[in-house]
Amino acid sequence: MGIGTLVAMLAAALAVIGVLATQQAYSLFLPGLLQGAVLTIEIAILGSLLAIVMGVLAALVRLYGPAPLRWLATVYVEIFRGTSALVQLFWLFFVLPQFGVTLDAFLVAVVALGLNVGAYGSEVVRGAILSVARGQWEACTALNMSRAQMLRRVILPQAFVAMIPPWGNLFIELLKSTSLVSLITLSDLAFKAQQMNQNTFKTIPIFTLVLLMYLVMSLVLTIGMRLLERRASAGLARGKAA
Amino acid sequence: MIWDWSFTLEILPVLAQAAVVSVEATLISFVLAATLGLVLAVVRIAVPRTGWTISVLVELIRSTPLLIQIFFIYFVFPKFGLVLDAFTAGVLAIGIHYAAYCSEVYRAGFDNIHRGQWEASIALNLSAWTTFRDIIIPQAIPPIVPALGNYLVALFKETPLLSAIAVMELMQTAKIIGSDTFRYTEPITLVGLFFLAMSLVSAALIRALERLLNRRTVR
Repeated sequence: MGIGTLVAMLAAALAVIGVLATQQAYSLFLPGLLQGAVLTIEIAILGSLLAIVMGVLAALVRLYGPAPLRWLATVYVEIFRGTSALVQLFWLFFVLPQFGVTLDAFLVAVVALGLNVGAYGSEVVRGAILSVARGQWEACTALNMSRAQMLRRVILPQAFVAMIPPWGNLFIELLKSTSLVSLITLSDLAFKAQQMNQNTFKTIPIFTLVLLMYLVMSLVLTIGMRLLERRASAGLARGKAA
Repeated sequence: MIWDWSFTLEILPVLAQAAVVSVEATLISFVLAATLGLVLAVVRIAVPRTGWTISVLVELIRSTPLLIQIFFIYFVFPKFGLVLDAFTAGVLAIGIHYAAYCSEVYRAGFDNIHRGQWEASIALNLSAWTTFRDIIIPQAIPPIVPALGNYLVALFKETPLLSAIAVMELMQTAKIIGSDTFRYTEPITLVGLFFLAMSLVSAALIRALERLLNRRTVR
């Protein structure tokens, strides 16, 4: 979908929220929901940062690490990709304390979502590194570059561009997954919605607003990643000529 | 003791029963997703001027969390007179959510069909229905089976969300065992292991299937 359509959708979503905010039945719930949205955004940002760190780390270790570390990274990726995010969240929240490690709910949310998305991200990073043309690697060898130099100067800057769209999808997945943290007592957007729904039974305005708010957050993220991609690939001879 | 084996054996049959519910939910919602996704993808091509509407619809579904969509169908639909039990509402929500993803997969499949196939169908005066049924779909589906398989696995891993509306699937059962006995370690770890085993097995199956299909379709 083109960036123009996305911007139009964002404008439409904001306009609908704006119109609804003038209605008493809707505006009543806005402050509480916005409060929840702030927590959602906090978890999404911190989780994404952790995911990037884990993704890059796991990918580099799996490609270049010594054998035992490589196995460890593979086990990490398989476990976090093989079980569902909610199970991981519950495991860290309910089971870990029984081993004497009690994390507060916010930390559990960030760690679980970050590790989960990081596992998927490591495959993205690995794939992007391996997709850099063979001639580039051979040229580095011919120039007698060390592996660190080769990665830092030649391979990673090119791999970075290829990573942006799949990472964008992962960030959207992470943003949507933050709704799961409502099930471990954190009062994010989804939790606020559930709570208000139970107190007032005004189901339609509450869930309509919540859907619109998630939509706005996703669209902002998608548009941001598109702009980043456009900027990062400027000057590189790749893809269709603009 | 951190891990109690006799407790593990005690809860295993209960969890096994709940696993059946999880698998049922997975299969029913995947059939819904695969069918509805195909319908969306075909309508987009066959009916003029629906492309934009379907794109926006797919984008809307993919941009909002599945959990909220489950709540929406479970809590909001009754206000319009459509009361669904938790299992049906949950399966419907998962099915519609993944239909949006599947429709994009089908679309990629259709886009890969050589233009000559469409032109030949027109030249032979085949109806749109016959063209899709006998020419396009049989060629478009095999290459995208692995992609659909990946969504089946992803969908399976979303079924714990049904616990949020109290469907007695694996996660909900594990949580109830946990709150009854104050032992969360065994039930939740077992649920995790079950998902891990299922995911690894299905990943291997998809790889095998991919090899089989690659051997059959010579290009």
